[in-house]
Amino acid sequence: MQAYTERIREAAKRLLSDEKVDVVIGFRKGTIPFMNEPYLAKTPEQVDQLVWDGNCGVNLANYLPRRTDRIAVVAKGCDSRNIVEHIVENQIKREQLHILGAPCKGMMDKRRINAELKGREPSSVEETGSEIKIKGQDLDLTLSRSEFLQENCAICIHRNPVIYDDLVGDLVEEQKDVDRYADVRKVEAMSSEDKWQYFDDLISTCIRCYACRNACPACYCPTCFVDESRPQWVGKTIDPTDTRTFHFLRAYHLAGRCTDCGACERSCPVGIKVRQFTKKLEKDVKELFDYEAGINPDMRPALDFHRPDDPQGFIK
Amino acid sequence: MSNWEPKIIAFLCNWCSYGAADLAGVSRMQYPPNFRVIRVPCTGRINPKFILSALRHGADGVWVSGCHPGDCHYIEGNLYARRKFALLKNLLEHTGIEPKRLHFSWISSAEATKFADVAREVIRTVKEAGPARHFIKKQAEVA
Repeated sequence: MQAYTERIREAAKRLLSDEKVDVVIGFRKGTIPFMNEPYLAKTPEQVDQLVWDGNCGVNLANYLPRRTDRIAVVAKGCDSRNIVEHIVENQIKREQLHILGAPCKGMMDKRRINAELKGREPSSVEETGSEIKIKGQDLDLTLSRSEFLQENCAICIHRNPVIYDDLVGDLVEEQKDVDRYADVRKVEAMSSEDKWQYFDDLISTCIRCYACRNACPACYCPTCFVDESRPQWVGKTIDPTDTRTFHFLRAYHLAGRCTDCGACERSCPVGIKVRQFTKKLEKDVKELFDYEAGINPDMRPALDFHRPDDPQGFIK
Repeated sequence: MSNWEPKIIAFLCNWCSYGAADLAGVSRMQYPPNFRVIRVPCTGRINPKFILSALRHGADGVWVSGCHPGDCHYIEGNLYARRKFALLKNLLEHTGIEPKRLHFSWISSAEATKFADVAREVIRTVKEAGPARHFIKKQAEVA
């Protein structure tokens, strides 16, 4: 991980001092463990704050729309797919971007690690290739990295960036034979009543903070449907119907656009598995239209395109 | 609930299914009066929010009908709609709405017989599903 950090700093310093870009978007150490924060380095002096480790799960593509300057951005596999999405959807121009591709071996699930700490305060965290060493008062823990990956990272099949100008590490081997949709199939096998109950239980703790929407790089509408008042599609209360409508429409807006980066789930303060909504759409888009979001900048998004032989078995 | 009758919201395309409904009426074809028609310029105009809104207001079923592929007044509106509805129907069913409540059809303006047949079938299946229980907003809307 140290190697990544050094190469990110080196590239960032070069790009900023050559005035190739106006800003480098990366990560710096957060104020609490397992939480790095996005950081916009604008001068070569600020570059030394940039870091890279397994806590860089925030999707940096979220910071690109509506920017007019030249940007270098550190991009994992999922970030790069969302960057492609932004290019396809005309949110940013390719010419503005210098993409520092960061082949990724998955990001850490801070919730599961914190549960493992059982309230003990870590003072130092060190990440080696396959292990995380956590030290502190009464605390000396070595965790296996692969067991504490974010759920979406564990089933990721696009770890390498799909577009990049520079790489900050060697390309990694893509995961094969992962079952991406085991959980979706489990729900699909339920009866309608059980499905309704399953999703009711899933979102029962939702406080409608919209963190999932804000963290999502694909959510950039100038006025979100939840803020529209004439007509008002979603009530602003925490009435279960409104909460359900919010989650449903949020997911539907991401149909054919979601890259399963996990930003929504990661940002949720109450730990709702909101990906359960979007994954169904992702699966359908793949099966019905043979489309994966953010892979090919020359392809139109799934819902901005049609073929004469699209499936229509459901239409009378 | 023995005398319960379903309320169905029907989104009909101005250029075909709405004409078919008209023709069915003029031709004095019989079908039960369970659906309320909303005339739309094209099925492509239908935002999934409309369908959710119908469910939230207590509709027992939703029926969307438009032009056959290739017959769209706007060339390809129904082809975009076809993709949209495929995903929408799947996601609604995935989250617990019974498949019997959602209906889609292609009916041209000459197919009055098909319109009456599909109308009867839609009403019959929604009746089987019973009164809607989910997605209904019971509290007053507060802006």
